Amino acid sequence: MKYDKEWDVIVVGAGPGGSKCAHEFAKRGMKTLVIDKKQEIGAPKRCGEGLSMRWIRITGQKPNPKWALQEIRGAVLISPRGKKVVIDTSKTGQTGYIIERKMWEKELAAEAIRSGAKYMLKANVIDLIKEDDTVKGVVVERDGKEEQYFSKIVIAADGVDSRIARMAGIQTTIPLTECDSGYQYEMANVPIEDPYKMELYFGKEVAPRGYIWVFPKGKDIANVGIGIIGSSEKTAKFYLDRWLENNSRFKDASIIEINAGVIPVCAPIETMVANGLMVIGDAARMINPIHGGGIGSAMEAGIIAAEVGANAIREGDVTRDRLMEYQKRWHEVRGKEFERILKVRKFFEKLSDEQMEIIADAVDPKVLVELGHGKGLATVVKALIKASPSAAKFAMSFLK
Amino acid sequence: MVAVNNREKCLYCGGCVSVCPVMAIELKETQIVIDKDKCINCGACVRVCPVGAMEVKK
Ligand SMILES: Cc1cc2nc3c(=O)[nH]c(=O)nc-3n(C[C@H](O)[C@H](O)[C@H](O)COP(=O)(O)OP(=O)(O)OC[C@H]3O[C@@H](n4cnc5c(N)ncnc54)[C@H](O)[C@@H]3O)c2cc1C
Ligand code: SF4
Ligand code: SF4
Repeated sequence: MKYDKEWDVIVVGAGPGGSKCAHEFAKRGMKTLVIDKKQEIGAPKRCGEGLSMRWIRITGQKPNPKWALQEIRGAVLISPRGKKVVIDTSKTGQTGYIIERKMWEKELAAEAIRSGAKYMLKANVIDLIKEDDTVKGVVVERDGKEEQYFSKIVIAADGVDSRIARMAGIQTTIPLTECDSGYQYEMANVPIEDPYKMELYFGKEVAPRGYIWVFPKGKDIANVGIGIIGSSEKTAKFYLDRWLENNSRFKDASIIEINAGVIPVCAPIETMVANGLMVIGDAARMINPIHGGGIGSAMEAGIIAAEVGANAIREGDVTRDRLMEYQKRWHEVRGKEFERILKVRKFFEKLSDEQMEIIADAVDPKVLVELGHGKGLATVVKALIKASPSAAKFAMSFLK
Repeated sequence: MVAVNNREKCLYCGGCVSVCPVMAIELKETQIVIDKDKCINCGACVRVCPVGAMEVKK
């Protein structure tokens, strides 16, 4: 396939962030090229495939049985000692789906293409073209050749292993304690009690600083995965395998897919723009630091970046100062929430298994749901201090 | 001493790339490429790898 050399926008990365962003640029009449190094969009997945309705809504999609495999109306949290806290969100409207991400990501790309965007696959962006400290395009390795493509704006939507932002001088390296090491099996013939609920297992022995999840993808298929602190001496695979081997529930189940990935649970990068460049999604570390969901926020950032970027291109001003509007607007809609959630994460990682039990006993499940949105931390802290005054020493500081 | 990738274990998730402080690692679809001259042997990639596919070798 031949491609034009000149574009309004080049999006590096055809993940949910990149495809949504390309769709929004193309809808605004911008000539848009999406480049991905993979040979297939959506595969291999690095994902538990949980997606809440509020994010499906921002795509303008309706849940389609082709990819919306299992509706979710709540969760069961299992404490280190095995206490089950059942959360039912069917009445609060906080529902979602376990999706077939490969199908869904291809559908997102198809929507962008129908609006005019073009896609180039198995093409690795190896460098940025820069002139006068401004990004002017990309150098691509494709078919064993090096090629240059030019654009007014480059979007770095290149995921957790982003190098594009770093090529533009933006620091994105994640400290080991600020990311989770993730591993997952998609399994078949898994006994599932309630397919409408996600199961989350906590405890230092189960998953240090993280949790094990069982996300039902239909009546007997599930994503069984784990996230643990990135600095852990033993691997995520070690913890997940050990848990499965000691759990008779999985004795007749078997693996149909293996996934891995690192999940940034840090604060987003400080600078999200450079002259001619915007960084979105995992590349900008825009992940919910408590549960590690990042599909939705990547798309949201893509939409904002396209709104700002299309205007900037029309005005003929793609300087860092002009594009800074994207970063400002992102902080307005999501920044504060992520700051609060980061605080929740920092509180929870200080807890011992015993303190976790106290919280499981003492706190209303409705409050626990809200923690994922960064709300209700004060209620949890107070409940802990009441039941275990010795916790006050560290917990008090989280009331501020 | 530099980091070495074990192709038989690696799942090509790119996790190691995100923690490398000197951008010595690149994920090329199904191949991890390590720039030996850049690697400072810090071990971050070894720690973070979900499956233990990175080693620091002489
Ligand atoms: C184990 C695990 C479980 C998860 N579970 C969930 C979940 O249940 N729900 C949820 O919402 N989130 C989950 N996440 C997080 C979620 O997968 C990410 O937040 C999401 O994929 C981010 O989207 P993105 O578009 O920013 O990047 P990505 O989806 O990572 O897309 C980046 C794309 O850029 C391409 N690329 C990178 N570099 C280059 C280059 N140089 N040249 C060309 N192309 C390039 C890559 O090939 C890739 O296709 C999970 C993550 C992990 C690791
Ligand atoms: S983190 Fe491990 S599995 Fe993932 S790409 Fe790097 S070496 Fe391979
Ligand atoms: S050892 Fe450190 S410097 Fe070397 S490749 Fe791994 S993370 Fe990079």
